[in-house]
Amino acid sequence: MVIPSSLKNCFQLFYVLKISAAGFKYTANRGLILQSVSSDVYQNLAVEDWIHDNMNLENRQVLFLWRNSPTVVIGRHQNPWQECNLKIMRKKNIKLARRRSGGGTVYHDLGNINFTFFTSKKKYERMENLKLVVRALKGLRPQLDVRATDRYDLLLDGNFKISGTAAKLGRTVAYHHCTLLCSADRFILSSVLKSPYKGIKSNATPSMPALVKNLFEEDPTLTCEMVMDAVAAEYARCHQIDHRITLINPADEIVFPGINNKTKELQTWEWIYGKTPKFSISTCFNMVYEQSLLEVKVDIHVKHGRIEVCNIDLPEQWLPPAMCNELEKNLIGSKFCPSETTALASALLRICPQNYELHSKWSLLCENVMTLM
Amino acid sequence: MSIFDKSAFKFSHQHRLFRTSAISNGQIVQFKLSDIGEGITEVTVKEWYVKEGDSVSQFDSICEVQSDKASVTITSRYDGIIRKLHYNLDEIAYVGKPLVDIETDALKDVASEEDVVETPAVSHEEHTHQEIKGHKTLATPAVRRLAMENNIKLSEVVGTGKDNRILKEDILNYLAKQTGAILPPSPKPEIIPPLPKSETAPAAPKDKGTKIPIPISKPIVFAGKDKTEAVTGFHKAMVKTMTAALKIPHFGYCDEIDLTQLVQLREELKPLAQVRGVKLSFMPFFIKAASLGLLHYPILNASVDENCQNITYKASHNIGVAMDTEQGLIVPNVKNVQVCSVFEIASELNRLLTLGSAGQLGTNDLTGGTFTLSNIGTIGGTYAKPVILPPEVAIGALGKIQVLPRFNGNGEVFKAQIMNVSWSADHRIIDGATMARFSNLWKSYLENPASMLIDLK
Repeated sequence: MVIPSSLKNCFQLFYVLKISAAGFKYTANRGLILQSVSSDVYQNLAVEDWIHDNMNLENRQVLFLWRNSPTVVIGRHQNPWQECNLKIMRKKNIKLARRRSGGGTVYHDLGNINFTFFTSKKKYERMENLKLVVRALKGLRPQLDVRATDRYDLLLDGNFKISGTAAKLGRTVAYHHCTLLCSADRFILSSVLKSPYKGIKSNATPSMPALVKNLFEEDPTLTCEMVMDAVAAEYARCHQIDHRITLINPADEIVFPGINNKTKELQTWEWIYGKTPKFSISTCFNMVYEQSLLEVKVDIHVKHGRIEVCNIDLPEQWLPPAMCNELEKNLIGSKFCPSETTALASALLRICPQNYELHSKWSLLCENVMTLM
Repeated sequence: MSIFDKSAFKFSHQHRLFRTSAISNGQIVQFKLSDIGEGITEVTVKEWYVKEGDSVSQFDSICEVQSDKASVTITSRYDGIIRKLHYNLDEIAYVGKPLVDIETDALKDVASEEDVVETPAVSHEEHTHQEIKGHKTLATPAVRRLAMENNIKLSEVVGTGKDNRILKEDILNYLAKQTGAILPPSPKPEIIPPLPKSETAPAAPKDKGTKIPIPISKPIVFAGKDKTEAVTGFHKAMVKTMTAALKIPHFGYCDEIDLTQLVQLREELKPLAQVRGVKLSFMPFFIKAASLGLLHYPILNASVDENCQNITYKASHNIGVAMDTEQGLIVPNVKNVQVCSVFEIASELNRLLTLGSAGQLGTNDLTGGTFTLSNIGTIGGTYAKPVILPPEVAIGALGKIQVLPRFNGNGEVFKAQIMNVSWSADHRIIDGATMARFSNLWKSYLENPASMLIDLK
């Protein structure tokens, strides 16, 4: 089922890419503005991957505009347990994605615009890109007090962060992307970006919490569409190219051969959680069992998202030591993940003595250990 | 990056390559961290992709470093073997200082400082073809030679290397596909939607596997590798459970059920359930009928202790439904079916299925089961030999519903909806007669749903 307009876009993209690959000095076509029709974060991140891996950017630049349905996006070297509230996210069906660029954690929803500036590695220049965005915003609303900081953030009214930046440099290609808060849900943003997990020791890149504000709060007449258009226009002006936004479908294998594999890879547990740098959790929690309060000390080391070391200290004889050892032993090598732990713990219950008291103690302990995940 | 591949290269290409190079055989080259741009002088090493002793090819990723929100992939300029890593994880690395030592192979070319995109010397037509695809093809000179020798257009080969680089394996796979040779199945299993399935019945074999290979002139080198990984987590627990399960002497009993009337009943009731927001499958009926049967044969809802010295008759009918999820086979159960209506069972099943596919089932849902049904028929198959899940003593596997010709009371042939059931039971405490009678009762409820009405609690 090919719709004529998408076909037209395909051919435009082919034509443009064809000229680029032939290496002509085609000055009139030194840039491309792409906008995704998808709000799936994994598909959109895959587009960035694809352009990074496949496009020849020696003599051209690309601007990619995209927005996602509610997602928390962590940086390449970050620890999701340290950065966000995975429990709330699971309940509210908010996705988690790990991008390939560095930097900190951000919350995306349709009120948050993403801009990705693709250049050759030589032309990588983050400040120029941010100044471009500021010019575009000021062009739209001259009274807006927006400026870039030396940490590559954009601040509104000097105090409120409306944009964060991250970048990825490969062999020949580099990209710089940044967010822009237009009308995102600030209530959900602040609740998911606060980690409830205690006792984490890790060398992962930490995020810097900041006060945020939406552009929409400053000027309710601003919409995401207006802002995207303004930035595209400024980009076109700067690079002397057509102010034409090409819509792209990130699931189209014809225009982007191999992109669906990239999308799949970004969704795997091994990428999202498994790439977390080694960390440990040392904490204690209280359990209530039949009117007595029990203190449990836990020391868990996680590497590649899997439990490497597991020590659970229970009050003496509350649970037969053999059973506690069985749990610790089986958790080693297992994913640091509540569903894996539940399945594991339930399966193990089948082969231990069938005793109501033992079973309820075991279940209580497992439920509590799971709250650490 | 397999050692096998590298030596294959060396053998076949030593006599072909003709280069003069100042680098002598096996020289250690210090690969320095190149300029990253923006005046950055130091970065933090975040991840190593190689370790000492690994062989690398030109363009392979060596490590990931981070500087001020930028993540940089450092790729190798040389083919060779990694001899030394100069930094540990999280250490600061300096631009211009050595990052790794690589022992290079004398006969291979070293990439120049400036990375040049290679355009192969091919016909004009192929050149255009590559442009239309709109992407540069990355491949080492050796791979390009292999492609040219076999008359393969690089643009038609999907690269599986880093940056979509075309590897030698990709050329070989492409060749194999062309000549109809049998390819090994892909290592990743297909993503199956969360449906209950029996853990012992295998999927039906596909037609692909029975193609006869056409003889070809050039011998194909199979480039696949075995992959060994530890059994961990949930799978490790399953190993223990299944080992314990097979200590139970199983006996099997199978039968066929005519579901013609039930199919019709369900059609009538589906919209009613839909209005209440619940999807009605056949399982709630199977589950309720089982519970009604268990009231007459409570020994099937029992549990024995380790030495089979005591038998406990469980009061609640917590009927488990085998579910296939990302974790593997898990069995959540519907609690107290003996006091639930078919609709309540359907509603509870919906809840368990939704949680199961989201990986959010709790321990309470997954424990306390007393009897299990496994609907392997949704995937396929007729008869099965299900394995009892301890501490239970019986399990039933339901095959798929097929339309088959059967004779009615007047000796006429009619279209019947037939489903097969395969029971397994613990032969230490359950005898064939009990299982048969339970099965007959269960069958009669399902073949004549009106009879369920009389006994419904």
